Amino acid sequence: MKYVDEFRQLELAENLSNQITKVTTRSWKIMEVCGGQTHTILQYGLQDLLPETVELLHGPGCPVCVTPLELIDKAIAIAQQAGVILCSFGDMLRVPGSKTDLLEARAYGADVRIVYSPLDALAIASKNPEKQVVFFAVGFETTAPANAMSVYQAKRQGIKNFFLLCSQVTVPPVMASILQAPNNLVQAFIGPGHVCCVTGCREYEALSRHFRIPIVIAGFEPLDILEAIFQCVVQLENGKAHLQNRYSRAVTDSGNQPALRILSEVFDVSDRVWRGLGTIPKSGFKLSNAYKDFDAEKRFPVQYITAPESKICISGQILKGLKKPFECVAFGRQCTPEHPLGATMVSSEGTCANYYKFGIAQIT
Amino acid sequence: MSEEMEAISCALPHVGSTVIRLGHGSGGKMTANLIENVFLPRLGNVILNQLEDASIISLPDNAHSQIAVTTDSYVVSPIFFPGGDIGSLAIHGTINDLAMRGAMPLAITAGFILEEGLLISELTQIITSMQEACTRGQVNLVAADTKVVGRGAADRLFINTTGIGIVRFSVPPSVKRAMPGDVIIVNGDIGRHGMAVMATREGLELETTILSDSAPLHRIVESILPLEHAVHCLRDITRGGLAGVLTEIATASNMGVLIHESEIPIDPQVNAICELLGLDPLYVACEGRFVTVLESARADEFLQLMNERWFGEYSFRVIGKVVEEHRNRVVLRSRVGGNRIVDKLSGEQLPRIC
Repeated sequence: MKYVDEFRQLELAENLSNQITKVTTRSWKIMEVCGGQTHTILQYGLQDLLPETVELLHGPGCPVCVTPLELIDKAIAIAQQAGVILCSFGDMLRVPGSKTDLLEARAYGADVRIVYSPLDALAIASKNPEKQVVFFAVGFETTAPANAMSVYQAKRQGIKNFFLLCSQVTVPPVMASILQAPNNLVQAFIGPGHVCCVTGCREYEALSRHFRIPIVIAGFEPLDILEAIFQCVVQLENGKAHLQNRYSRAVTDSGNQPALRILSEVFDVSDRVWRGLGTIPKSGFKLSNAYKDFDAEKRFPVQYITAPESKICISGQILKGLKKPFECVAFGRQCTPEHPLGATMVSSEGTCANYYKFGIAQIT
Repeated sequence: MSEEMEAISCALPHVGSTVIRLGHGSGGKMTANLIENVFLPRLGNVILNQLEDASIISLPDNAHSQIAVTTDSYVVSPIFFPGGDIGSLAIHGTINDLAMRGAMPLAITAGFILEEGLLISELTQIITSMQEACTRGQVNLVAADTKVVGRGAADRLFINTTGIGIVRFSVPPSVKRAMPGDVIIVNGDIGRHGMAVMATREGLELETTILSDSAPLHRIVESILPLEHAVHCLRDITRGGLAGVLTEIATASNMGVLIHESEIPIDPQVNAICELLGLDPLYVACEGRFVTVLESARADEFLQLMNERWFGEYSFRVIGKVVEEHRNRVVLRSRVGGNRIVDKLSGEQLPRIC
């Protein structure tokens, strides 16, 4: 049992597909929150296995997509300063700021490096004491503990040339914000499995109860997603609304305690700006007072940058599940992965980028 | 056209980009744009414009004899990797570009750009490896050149080659010749070379036993000769991966290509690293794998002939077919039954962050 191939079996997928068709009597709109799940849905063509009445809406769970343009411009401005090494996960490098991106900054001579872990960035800081090393800390609750660990370690090791440029966001507040919108279309959620590995299920239970909406926490393999869709439809058809954890091979009720401890040690909850969605109260983290010396925004005061978004881009509505990429006039024309106009085209996990890559508009 | 993947460190062009970026070397859309906008308008001619692995030239005084010519540069990092090194890779890659046009190699040349500080023992090891690859491939290296540049002006060692071959197929295979109904065959599992190199890169520290698949393919192509009239295209899978080759065939032939995910052979270790890094194995480089596009009526005969002849070394199998629908596009039927389009790579593959 490798817990991978078992979740990609044709017969089981067909079986689930038949069961979903059998229980569905009317139309339902289900949102998968996480960009990784969107990727699976499009990579395996899962919409082809669903009845036409079950529609998947793709949520705001791509951290690269929702990182505000101003912060990307700030990262570029910091990277262009002398004596700085800017480290980041690969995806962030290609995200265009308002004028340029980190890769172009690198082509012009900035020291921009891809790392696989924030602890690699910390090691770079330790090896290069004469340089200022900045890690572009982007992500949801999944990446937050490792990012927190890097500054925790830096403090303990007395490393003073390491900084976080922090854009940490959290999932439950954005789910609530989608449900509170007057034109909301979402009737059930596929919950973000890997986020729940860290946080546990309790916040989602509260959300489900408060908004009377089915939430099924799921993994990232095609059978995980199909099973979650099935459970959502069963709940919807029966007028139920509760939380189900269908990713119990990874997710526990109470989450990963050491990870949660380091989060509360290093971060404070804060309001965050989401690209395409605007400011959402208490929807992310900032470094706490005890760790403020590691805050790149304080260490590298960059002039306030305003970066207007494209007027034709509808990524805000796409992130809320109100529109599909091919309903946008710019999709595949002015807006492509090579030249993204908005949040959802910029990362491989963004809904528009996925639709473009996997050619959804052309097939359907 | 072989070259190393810089799979994790590159990207897409920003509009108005005025400098060369690593993505321009990906073999994907950015490379194609560079060729189209910078090279072909100035250097293009009826032969270069074909954009094949090797160009076919007829000798003026002998209309029946055709030669194939190719050139390639090797900049792989690190220069030694599990299953090979830059020297053997250069010989194999050059032989393969000739073989994909149905040509047997006659002669190879090599130019070496050496960085100040390169160990002579390492250079010797690489030259020995080239000599062994030439001996195994029964081809002579007939001309060579050496230049040395200052420290930092090159990364240890770059090699440029030219290959000349005699075309043995009466009609050279071409990316433009795929026909509806043709089957698509690969000669083994994909992605080993790219992952063998990736696994050695600093920062990953992956413990694997994956060896590069780097190998000369001309003897296999020679063994296809009895069925040459049924063979429409041969294309080695290098940077850009299987997806790159299939999208080229689809667009150059103006045909659709349909492949089945469950039929595409991938080593479990290769697959595991791809999953870990968020890479798609369809885009990962090989150096000893190629695609054959063949009349379907001869498919059984082909598979039997090749799998007997190359038993234990290569395993040929059908992964899909050429269709009249969705022209210029490659569609993959996923293992759970849904469809998706496989596009040419935009920039380079990057690891997804969650």
